[in-house]
Amino acid sequence: MEALTLLAWMFDGLLGLGLLWLAWRALTCPDLFRAIVLFIAFGLLMALAWVRLDAPDVALAEAAIGAGLTGALLMAALAKLHPTETNDNLSVQAEISRPKGRLLQWLPVVALLLVSAGLGYVVLSLPPYVTGLSAEVAANLKTSGVDNPVTAVLLNFRGYDTLLEMVVLLLALLGVWSLGGTELHRDTAPGIVLDTLARVLVPLLILVAAYLLWVGGHAPGGAFQAGAVLGAAGVLLLLAGWRPRVGLMAWPLRLMLVAGPGAFVIIAALLYMIEGQLLEFPTAQAGILILVLETAATVSIGLTLAALFLGGRPRNDKGLT
Amino acid sequence: MMLVDVLCAVLLIAGAVFFLAGTLGLLRFPDVYTRLHALTKADNVGLGLMMAGLALQAGSWAVVGKLLLIWLLVLLAGASVAHLVASGALKRGIRLWKR
Repeated sequence: MEALTLLAWMFDGLLGLGLLWLAWRALTCPDLFRAIVLFIAFGLLMALAWVRLDAPDVALAEAAIGAGLTGALLMAALAKLHPTETNDNLSVQAEISRPKGRLLQWLPVVALLLVSAGLGYVVLSLPPYVTGLSAEVAANLKTSGVDNPVTAVLLNFRGYDTLLEMVVLLLALLGVWSLGGTELHRDTAPGIVLDTLARVLVPLLILVAAYLLWVGGHAPGGAFQAGAVLGAAGVLLLLAGWRPRVGLMAWPLRLMLVAGPGAFVIIAALLYMIEGQLLEFPTAQAGILILVLETAATVSIGLTLAALFLGGRPRNDKGLT
Repeated sequence: MMLVDVLCAVLLIAGAVFFLAGTLGLLRFPDVYTRLHALTKADNVGLGLMMAGLALQAGSWAVVGKLLLIWLLVLLAGASVAHLVASGALKRGIRLWKR
């Protein structure tokens, strides 16, 4: 057993050092493409670190969103940068726009050091053994309507957080859309390999998303992981050259994008009128309410992520939808 | 130690050897095509051996099925992505390495 503990320590140590090294390389690398690849590798190691910390829910979300979809979004953004804007010119521009005063340069460093010192103080002043809220969550799990404590916290005890997270995603998409439109027609043929891959994988991804959504009630999984898998299916479809019909892009798309936050708000309003409390589920109906909310959230999250990858407000020949 | 454990260890170590060889190839081979060649061997055979080793220790057939599914998915994704990377490199005019 002794050797195994040592091995685990060595593994964790390598993982931690690897994370730091990858983060540093990703930040300092002048080649943007390489920086993105390093960032994706960082996300994968991060997911592994979450697994080592016994947080499989977070690991799933990190691998799917942090490494996979964010990587794809960064790649899409890089492809949209004009060739003149990449690499050398960017650093030249950064050189020009850098503030002249030495003081201004050091100000962020000082601020960061203060924040680090504060955080370090907080961490060190924590009592060595804290029970946290897990005992309380476990005690109230019966009333939450689900068996997975993570889902219970995210959807029931702290439903506000999830609602606001989905609003943040929606705001991100609105921000991207406000920058301009993107053509819906494809400009290149995808090729047979990508086409076949998409045809095989997309139905499977939809199945996996449904499984993750359902399993979230009693095991690691849930709306964000399922939404990320759905978003990945969307990205694959878009990469393979598939484009939705223009008619679907106007209000059906918008309706599905707001389905998640919308369902949250409607259910919260109804509960407020019936029970007198926002987002406080009655125990008997909690399970079904959470399933409804998570289903709506999964669709919205998946579509939002895919729409982010499309990278602009969908537009046909006649103009914006 | 049971015979199953020995077999499992042999399969896992053999898989790890393939991964090591694939990583070495990725680092040491001269161009993108040869590196892809090394990498896909690790993904396909190495992961297959690992999955076989783990399947021996799996408690239920459901787990064995999941492991098999993971392997098949990685095979599909690995082969497709290797093809896409190679054809992308050819289109960009990256020449094949010659001695």
